[in-house]
This record gives sequence, C-alpha cells and structure tokens, in this order.
Amino acid sequence: MSSVFDGQPAAPGIAIGPLVRLAQGRSVERAAGTAEQERAALTDAIEAAVADLAALAEQAGGDAADILEFQIAMLEDDALRDPALSAIAAGTAADAAWAETMAVQVAEYEAAEDAYFRARAADLRDLGERVLRRLLGTTDDDTFPPGAVVLAHDLTPSRFLAADWRGGGIALAAGSKASHVAMLARARGVPMVVGLGAIDADGHARAALDGATGRLWLSPGADDETMLATLSAEALEAGRAAAGLLHRPAATAGGQRILVQINVADPSDLEGLDPALCDGIGLTRTELLFPAGGGLPDEGTQYEVYRRIVVWADGRPVTIRTLDAGGDKPIAGLTVDGESNPFLGVRGVRLSLARPEVLAVQLRALARAAVHGTLKIMVPMVTVPEELEAVRALLDAALSDLAGRGVPAARPALGMMVEVPAAALAIERFEAAFFSIGSNDLTQYVTASARDIDAVAALADVRNPAVLRLIAEVAAHGERIGREVSLCGDAAGDPAIVPALLKAGLTSLSMAPNTVAAVKTAIARYE
Amino acid sequence: MSEHAASVEITNPTGLHARPAVKLTKLAKTFADATVQVALAEGGPWIDAKSVVKIMALKAGRGAFLHIRAGGAQGAEALAALAALVRRDFDETHV
Repeated sequence: MSSVFDGQPAAPGIAIGPLVRLAQGRSVERAAGTAEQERAALTDAIEAAVADLAALAEQAGGDAADILEFQIAMLEDDALRDPALSAIAAGTAADAAWAETMAVQVAEYEAAEDAYFRARAADLRDLGERVLRRLLGTTDDDTFPPGAVVLAHDLTPSRFLAADWRGGGIALAAGSKASHVAMLARARGVPMVVGLGAIDADGHARAALDGATGRLWLSPGADDETMLATLSAEALEAGRAAAGLLHRPAATAGGQRILVQINVADPSDLEGLDPALCDGIGLTRTELLFPAGGGLPDEGTQYEVYRRIVVWADGRPVTIRTLDAGGDKPIAGLTVDGESNPFLGVRGVRLSLARPEVLAVQLRALARAAVHGTLKIMVPMVTVPEELEAVRALLDAALSDLAGRGVPAARPALGMMVEVPAAALAIERFEAAFFSIGSNDLTQYVTASARDIDAVAALADVRNPAVLRLIAEVAAHGERIGREVSLCGDAAGDPAIVPALLKAGLTSLSMAPNTVAAVKTAIARYE
Repeated sequence: MSEHAASVEITNPTGLHARPAVKLTKLAKTFADATVQVALAEGGPWIDAKSVVKIMALKAGRGAFLHIRAGGAQGAEALAALAALVRRDFDETHV
C-alpha cells in the first residue's frame, strides 16, 4: 500500500530507493567504576570525541569544518562538562551524568525563541551522542546501501558527514530548515524533507521523496516512480546546462548581451552567493528593515545594511528601492489603516512624501553607503514627475546635511520604478537616471485584475499584449535617450515568460537569486 | 575588576551565532593575563568571555548591545581587541 506524507522542503532534489530507518537512542549498558575512574572515563571520551571531530573537520573543509569547529569548542569548554563532573563526584556513572547534562543543554536550546539558536539543539545532541558512543564503545551504524532514502527522527551534522549520500535522500520526522544539517544537505545537493511528524513505516521497504515540494512516498506506486524519475532526469539535465552558464555573463543565441541582476530583501539573502552569478542587484527591498512591531530603523542601522550589500556586490551596481510600504505591505504606525482600496491609496512614494522625515533618514543612510560602491536609488509608485523631483529635493537636502556634519557621502543616481500606467504611457516626461519596470503592479493596474484574487488572477497576465506593448515602449524610450531600462517583477524570473520580455526589447532583468540559472538558460536559447 | 569597559552593537543578521561565538572566545583566551566578561545589560549578569558554552547561552540576537569589561595586566589590550572584533562583525566573509 502506497502512503504519502507532506513535510517541509529543506533541500531540493528527488531520491528513490530502499527505505532505511535510523534508530535513535542507545541500549548499551556499561559497568560503572569508582568516582575517580568515571571521571577519567568521561574526560577520555571527550578528548577522543574532539580528536574524531578534528579529523572529520580536516577532511570536510569549508562550512562543514566551521560547524565541527563549533562542536570542538563546546566540548573543550569546562563549562559544558562541569555539571557532569559534579554528578560523577556525587556517585553517578559517567554515561548517565553526561547524558543528563546534555539533555539539560539540548532542552535549553530547544526552548530558545530565536529559530537560529533553536536549531543549534541538533549540534548539541550530535556532540553529546559522539561522547556517549566513545564512552560506551559503540560505533555509528551508518552502513546503508547507496541511494537509500533514510528516515530518521532527526539527523546530526556529523552523522550526515560520515555517510555517502550519492543518489540518496533524507526524510526527517523533526528537524528544521535552519539546521546545520539542512544547510549541508543544500550545499551538497542531497534532497531533504523535514517536519514530517511521526511516521509509521512498518511494512515499507521502498521510498521516494521530492525535496522541492516536501513530499515523501512510502512504497511508491509504479506511476509515482515514473513521474519522479522523469522529473529528476529533467532537473539533472537542466542543472548541467545551467551550471555552465551560471557564473558567466548572459547572452542570447544571437549574441545580444543581457544584464542579469538579482532581487534581495535582506543581506542574509546574499549569504553563500557568489557575486559572479549576476551583473548587480536590480532591486533591494527595504520593507523588511522596518520591524512588523512598529518603530523605525535609525540611520546607522540602515547605513550598515546598505553598506554590507554594496560591499558584497564588489563594484557591481546595487539598486536600492526607497520604502515601498502600503498596498499589500502595511507597516504598523506608518501606513494608512482602513483605506477602501489600499492598492490605489497612499503607498510607495506617496507615503514617503507624506512622511518626509522617514524618507530623509533613509536617503541619508543611502548617500552614506554610496561611498562604498555603485549605489542607485529607485523610487517606487511614481505617477507624476513632481514626485520624483520632490524626492530629488529631499536627496539634495540629505547630502547638504551630511556635508555640513562632515559625514562622508556620495550622490547616488536617482531612478524610478515604472508600474503606474500613467507613468508608462508618458515616460518621456520623467527625468530619471534609469527606469525599472515593476511588472507585478504594472500588470495588475493595466488589466484591472488583482493578483491575490484567485477568480481574476488569470487575467493578471504580463503577456497580455497591452502590458507587453507598454514594456516595449518604455524599453524603446530608454534606448533612444541612452538610459537603462530593467524589469524587476516576478516575470523576470520565469523562464517561460523571459522570451516575451526579450522580444519586447528589454536587455536587463532582475530576479530572485534561485531563478538565475533557469533564466540564463532561457536567455541562451533565445534566438 | 572592571577597569576597562565598552559596549558594541551586534550587527550580524543571525546574531552572536556559532562561528562568531567561537571566534570571540578564542580571541579572549589569547589574553591569559586578563579576565574578560560580557553581558547583554549594563547591570549584568556578567559571564566569562572565554567560555563558548556561556556565550552561546546568551542567545544574543542582531541589534543586541554586547557590554564588555576586562581587568588584569592585559585588560586594556583584551578589551580593545574584542570590541574591534565585534565591530568588524567577526570578520564574517558573507554579508
């Protein structure tokens, strides 16, 4: 009987193979000695575990080495072992004392509010088990056949690193996308699903999983296997084709160079990304800087975030959008509540000009960060030229304010988003240094169809000839006056739509980082 | 013991997480003739900056202020080095 379970996707990819269940816990008993012997047994076991980890770290290198380095530092810290040593002095056996000490530590991490710290519980469990194995003289039982789908409650980084995962996959009842082992699985291309909950796998010998959707099949049917094998082969081929293109500048089959930029919302989006992937950052959203609970980030905080993004880009241009709150992105204490139609209300630059003191802080932070690279400011929801000019005046004021205080700053290029039909239709009226088409809003305004209303979502199609004609006209205007025109909506990251955008004359696209490979492939195929 | 003190903001997006905590304690340990303590509030509780277990137990997130105080022959030197490390965002290579 085939059964299907849905968990959370943690690392993409498909695995089909024999099901292997990893047992948790231990059942070995050992004879306890005197307090002095027990103390020596525990310190020896910790020392041996540290040596194991050091050897493993040397072999693994990179991120994996950092993770193991952390475990080594924890093990070498007296503060970790002190509670166990005092329990031993009070007559407890070494294994029981250590297990109890580690259980307390793990529980403390599991209770953390912050997801990052909560995910460290798995590292603590990992190093705890390693010492225990040394103490009990047991070994890892990680001999499973190649290509196995491994089902476990949770998996520790060192157990992950000790196994050969080629062709296999991992299904976890517990676990977290933020765990070190999920990071390792993504980095090494091992499909992984987490958070499946308790699963009764009795009587199943074969399994399949799709790490992109988070689905696990036990005893998959022949149809399921065929479907997954096809998906997997396609993904493999696409991956091979894309790998050759990923870190190279994009060009069409006809040799036309296309700028491929990325969209980011937080500096952490850039973690692990090689800047060579892109020609720059075409859209930096700044809404996330403004905490949901209210309050506004100060100039120093904003400056630091912008600076880090510019430094990452390593000379490539970085376009940062001024606060685009309102519409579907309310911010407590800032946006206007209770508007009858927020998408047609006080949002984007309209809100910024209604609250110039908030915009002024952002402009000062942007001008300060501009000294570290090529930073461009992009104004959202511009409807009439006066709005862009009002922002320019505030930017002038910010620059003279900084100069007066002797704070280093530079003038960023000032461009605009083209997402309001009134702007797109009369684009020659706007004195912008660059234009970036916000295809999501432009499409919904031109087709009068909200993307978040299912019944009309199909009408909100960027490939509607009216939308494509506007895009083509804005692109042609940019070409005539020698200003860059880019497009930064979801359409830019959809390989099925990219050909239509190129046909409209666009030569610059900005998309989510995880779509770059597919988009570069689509560009390379475009005649 | 608090002959020297400073407070520095943690700017790393994931806070004082595993890799920075290891760097911080390793650096603190290089000053054998200094006692170094850190806290999240000026009133304490103060904990030993040479213990990675205790540093991690602080669970200091992004935007938290790390108060540092140091004493002993190498106190001034230790304080300057540790504060600089936090200000450099622990030399994290990614953003």
